[in-house]
This record gives sequence, C-alpha cells and structure tokens, in this order.
Amino acid sequence: MSLETTWFLLIAVLWIGYFILEGFDFGVGMLLPFVSRNEADRRAVLTTLGPVWDGNEVWLLVAGGATFAAFPEWYATLFSGFYLPLFLILVSLIIRGVAFEYRSKYGKAQWRRRWDVAIVISSAIPALLWGVAFANIVRGVPLEKSAEGHIEYVGGFFNLLNPYALLGGVVTLTVFLTHGAIFLSLKTVGGIRDRAHDLALKLGLIAAVAAVAFLLWTNLSLPSFNLKIAALSAGVAVAWVAGIAATLKRREGWAFVFSASAILLFVSDLFYALYPRVMPSSLGAQFDLTIRNASSTAYTLKVMTVVAVIMTPLVLIYQGWTYWVFRKRVSASQIAHPERGILDTATHVLHQ
Amino acid sequence: MNSLDLARWQFAITTVYHFIFVPITIGMGFLVAGLQTAWYRTNKVKYLRATKFFGKLFLINFAIGVVTGIVQEFQFGMNWSSYSRFVGDIFGAPLAMEGLLAFFLESTFLGLWIFGWDRLPKKIHLATIWLASFGTILSAYFILAANAWMQHPVGYTINLEKGRAELTSIVEVLTQKTALATFFHTIPSAAFTAGAFVAGISAWLLIKKMDVEMSRSTLKLGLITMMISFVMVFVSGDITSKIMTEQQPMKMAAAEALYETTESAPFSLLTIGTLDGSRSVFQIDIPSVLSFLATGDFKGTVEGVNDIQAEYEKTYGPGDYSPNIPLAYWSFRLMIGFGGLGFLFALLALFQMRRGRTPHGKWFLPAMIFLPFTPLLANSFGWIFTEAGRQPWAVFGLIRTSDGVSAVVSAGSVLFTMIVFTLLYGVLAFIEVGLTLKVIKNGPQTELDYEDPKLGGSDTKPLVMAY
Repeated sequence: MSLETTWFLLIAVLWIGYFILEGFDFGVGMLLPFVSRNEADRRAVLTTLGPVWDGNEVWLLVAGGATFAAFPEWYATLFSGFYLPLFLILVSLIIRGVAFEYRSKYGKAQWRRRWDVAIVISSAIPALLWGVAFANIVRGVPLEKSAEGHIEYVGGFFNLLNPYALLGGVVTLTVFLTHGAIFLSLKTVGGIRDRAHDLALKLGLIAAVAAVAFLLWTNLSLPSFNLKIAALSAGVAVAWVAGIAATLKRREGWAFVFSASAILLFVSDLFYALYPRVMPSSLGAQFDLTIRNASSTAYTLKVMTVVAVIMTPLVLIYQGWTYWVFRKRVSASQIAHPERGILDTATHVLHQ
Repeated sequence: MNSLDLARWQFAITTVYHFIFVPITIGMGFLVAGLQTAWYRTNKVKYLRATKFFGKLFLINFAIGVVTGIVQEFQFGMNWSSYSRFVGDIFGAPLAMEGLLAFFLESTFLGLWIFGWDRLPKKIHLATIWLASFGTILSAYFILAANAWMQHPVGYTINLEKGRAELTSIVEVLTQKTALATFFHTIPSAAFTAGAFVAGISAWLLIKKMDVEMSRSTLKLGLITMMISFVMVFVSGDITSKIMTEQQPMKMAAAEALYETTESAPFSLLTIGTLDGSRSVFQIDIPSVLSFLATGDFKGTVEGVNDIQAEYEKTYGPGDYSPNIPLAYWSFRLMIGFGGLGFLFALLALFQMRRGRTPHGKWFLPAMIFLPFTPLLANSFGWIFTEAGRQPWAVFGLIRTSDGVSAVVSAGSVLFTMIVFTLLYGVLAFIEVGLTLKVIKNGPQTELDYEDPKLGGSDTKPLVMAY
C-alpha cells in the first residue's frame, strides 16, 4: 500500500472516530430539552458528556492537523473554499464548549436557560453542516487551476447548498440525533432513559429514510454501478436496522454498537467513493485533487506514519479507559441540589 | 482594507486573545498538580482546599483556551491557504503531532481529573492532573517548534516545480536551538504568569482574611514560583535575543530602532518623539548594553536597519524588509518592562513575608491586584514583538506574509468573520472574568469531605462533580 493511500485511510479513520464520538455529543446536545423534565434531568444529561466531550472533539483537531501534514493542498483548498460553513462550525464549537463548562456554574434559571438554547443550536449547526460539507466533497464542487497553478475552489457559498448536499446534512443531523438518543438510553436511568429510548426509535426511522435516499442517490449518480460502494451502502442499512431492532429489544449496548458501526460504514462508503480523489472537481477530472497531487513528500508521510502508528493505539487505549472509568449510568437522583451551581455553594467562608 | 490586511488583523486578534489564556492554563495546570501532590503527600486539608479553589479558576480559564484553540488550527487553511500550500509539508507535521501527542492527552486526562474525584483512587486521580499538565507543556513544544521554523527555517529544501518548501529533517525542525530557546522562554513565562495569578488572588484573600491558613501558603507558593521562573525567563530571554540577532538581525535592529550599524551600541530605555531614524526629541540610553544583549560583548557591533535593508535587497531583490519599527521598539520594551514590574512587586512582597510576617503598606493591595496583569501584558507584547518583528516575512527568507493569504476568500468574508469572532471573544471575555471574580469573592470552600473512592465510583451516591 502506498504512503498516500495509508494516509488517506488514516484520515478516514480520524473522521470516523470524530463522527462516532462527537456524533453522540451533538445528538445529546440537541436532545437536552426533549429528554429532560427538570433541572436534575438536564444536569444528568450533561454529565454523561462532561468527562468526554473535549477528548471527542480532539478527533476533529487531529483530522484537521493530519490533513494539513499529509495533504496540504487538500487542507488549503477545502478550508479556504468551504469558508463560511466552516466558520459557522467553528463559532458553534466555541459556543458549545463554553456552554458545557459554564452552564451549571451559576444557579440562576435565566443564565442556564440561555446556555441550554446555545447548546441545542450549537450542536445542531455542526451536525447538519458536516453532512453538507462531506456530501459536497463526494459530489464534486467547482475546482479550477488558478494562475499560480493551484487547484482552488471557485464556487460561492450558495453553490454548497444544493439538494444532494442538504440531504447529506439531514442524514448526519438525524443520524447523530439517533446516535445521541441511544447513547443517553445507555448512560442514564429512569425517565431520561425511557424518553431517550422512545426518541431513538422515532428518530432512527426518520434517519433511515434520509440515509436510504441519500445512499441511493449516491449510488445512482456514479458513472457506473460499483459493487463495493453498493455493498458498503447495504452494510450501512443493515447496521442501522440492527440498531433499531436492538433498541426495540432494549439492548442498549448493542444498539450503540450498531449505530456506531453504521456511522463507520457510512463514512467508509463516502471515502471509498472518493478514493483516490480527495476532492473531485465538477469542472473536469483534470482539476481533481487526488491523493497524489495533494500530498506531502514521501519523507513527511513516513515521519507522520511512524508517529501515527505509535500514538493512535495509545490514544485509543486511554480514551477507551476513560469510557470504562465512567461506565456507570448517571442518575438524576445523584445530582445533589441541582439548582445550585458550584459558584453558589462556596459560601462557608472563614473569617478570622 | 484589502483581504490581506483584514486577514492579518484577524490573525492578530484571534491569536493574541488565545494566548491570554494559554500561559495561564499551562502554568496553573502545573501549580494545581503541585498543590494536589502536596495534599497527597502531607494530607493537610489546606492543600486540598487550594487544589479545589485554584482548580476551579484553572478550569474556567481552560475552557476559553480550548475553544479559541480550534480557530487556531483551522485559520491557516481558511485565511492563509497559500501559506498552507507552501509550508504544509513541514509546518503540518508538528501541528498533527501536537494533536496526536498533546491534545488527546490533555483533554482526556483533564476530563478524568474534573470528574474523577469520586471515580478514581486518590493516587490515580493525582496522576491524571500531572498527565494533563504534561500534555499542555508538550503542546507548547510542538507549536513553538512550528513557530521557530517560521522564524528560522531549517531541515527543508525548496521544490521549485511544486512551488513549496519540503521537509528533509524532522529532527532538525524539532531540535533546532531557536525552538529550544523559545520553549525554555515560553514555559517559564507560563509559570511566571500562573505564579502571579496565584499570588495576586491569595494576597486578596489574605487581605480579606479569607482562609488565611491556605492563602498564606499559596501566596508564598505564587511568589516563589515567580522568582524561580523569572530567572529562567531572564536567562532564556538573553539566549533568545542572541539567537535572534544572529538569525534575524533586522528584528533586533527594529527592536532598538537602530538605523545605523553601531559598535558598543547603547540600549535605549525609552524614546519620546519619532522612531523614524531622525533625531529623537528625548531619549534615555544605557551605554553599550545593546551590544552586550545582542552579541555578548559590550564592544560588539550591532547592525542597523539601513545596512541590513541594503544587504537584503541584494539577496532577495527590491522591497522593504523592515518591520513596523515603532511597534517592534515599543512591544520589546513593554514585554521586558511588564515582566520586570511583576518581578519587583513579587520580590517586595516576598521580602515582607519573611519570618512569618504579613505584607503591609498601602502599595500592597493595588500592586497585588495588578500583579496578574503584568505577565499577561508581557506575554502579549512578547508575541506581538516576535511576530510583527519578523515581517514582511511569514517564513523568514522564504515566503512573505502578503504571498500567504488565501486567493479565493474575499475581503468581505474575512471582515465578516473577523467582526463575529471579535464580538464573540469579547462576550466570552466578559463572562469569563465575571465567573473568575465570583470564584475569588466566594473564596475557598472550607467544608470538604473526601473519601478515597474505588475505581469506577458508586451508582447511587451524589456526584461530586456534575455539569
């Protein structure tokens, strides 16, 4: 396997990791008001994410950094081309992270309500836009060779809002909602668990319709029938159906495994459809960015391969260990004084 | 303003803002880990109170540092795509390593630390804060190596056909003396910053007679941290300036607004009037000190802006190779000045604390309130000097900043995102400062019960930490 292909695969792995992990973060964030009946519920829901959300988000940073290192042309064309959607994602991630950390520090109801709104919106925007972005990458966008000889994006913002891409956005949005609901049903008890379970079923069916439509469209718009892409698409459908079935039977652990597998297969399918291109051009194959014309030198790829081969398993081990440490379900009854923030409680001051 | 100017402003705003929080995070992570270790070793509850109290402040600050860091990772591609294409083969590697080695480490173990009080045995819980702290320091190392490469590119070759710089030795990039000197300048600065924070806040608590037992100890800890780290900052700063004189003589000349090459060059303390090479109205000089600073010899020759300009025109072709000289001159002085001021306050306070005494005098309260701001200002001016002083280059000698900007991004887009980032960052600063002041006013929690948990914690007990 060539170094370029190795790195194409590694970047696919990073995006798979990101979408599986932050996928449920986004889902839980969006579902916050819909699975909670009171303040203790809301805090229990957020506590399921508390120890892990930041580590999950690092998958995105590493995917970005790895693209920069391994395929600088891809990094440069993609991020300057998809400027505004990316900007919206960044703003959302900024607000979202701060919202998680600051929301429950104060007890004031208004303060918390505002952060809750922020969490819902800032989870929904990236969940939608990542799908839009990836659908556009797969579909091909107007790329052209500039005077300096670089392949640059020449479409505008609205070019990115075509029906296929928007459908892709609906897929990631609904899939992450379902994935988040399944995660919540796995990580909580009582009312939250029941509500998350019901929502997982309903959302899972909506996501199934959207995903099937999107994958059909993807397969039909290929120049010729491709068995592997079709097989991966079928795999997505099977995993998703298995996830819904497991949810029905209240096998929450299995449901999570299946929804994560469906995301894994879905992202693999998209990357497989791309390969060996990283950003096809809609203006002709001569303007395609591929793993060859976008890549770094063999030396850089070798150096980065050594680092990735050593570090990725290590990261998986200690991140996995984190999930094991926090394996217990969170109960709303474990939140003592839910309406009190830690900044409200520290009032026993010694005056000497 | 065109998209280049706007992109430069945006980079300046987002980066200076991000770096307000970074040194606090790096330094406070280390000090909180130290406090928790003191508690672990001695079992004295005052150290547990200190760990929890400064831990709260650390986390409020960390949140903003993390989220503004995401912008740092992506704005190279968004606003500086031509730069990214040119340097990606080299510059991307330390960035990716930073993510894989450092970001994962700090974020994962910090999550474990925050929520692990009732989930991890005492010893493992202590290990998590050290690992998170190690992650922050490692992260600084990689990003500083990347920045050092922009100051002084090594281990590369230019591929003319592809129009880019290509990596030939990662070891050189990661171990060149510019990277190491910067690292040993920045990390102690972070410790100095955190020391000033801990000291300033502890002094306030001491004056308000809140948890005197703890605040005396942490005041001393903060002040001593400042003393030790100041010596390190001073020594590495001296080394850095000599490396800079050798590698970027223009930056040193600009720092002194020294237009003509001079032997036994004086160090100018301050200037009133213009810095454009004409005679200044009023100037205080210390004879020969600049020569010593730059070359290690009081009689050494320091090249002036005009000579370097002539030399660069021969090497790189016609153009202006000098940075904004008043900016370089003043930011260099303000960096040193604010750092020195913080050190003097700390020295004075520490002197008054000897033999168990409490600092006194009318100067004490205002000086201690101002104390945390001295390193913050010094840090910002230091980086403004480093980056602005390298101009017109993005990577010294290889690519100009003006050639690095994205070709396909319109000025309107950059302006729009700049306005939104600036407003958003402003609101976040307002909230962050509000929360920080609230924590300080509440003071440390005095009623703490701690039970050494077993791994995984309990199903039913109230959670020590919940979002």
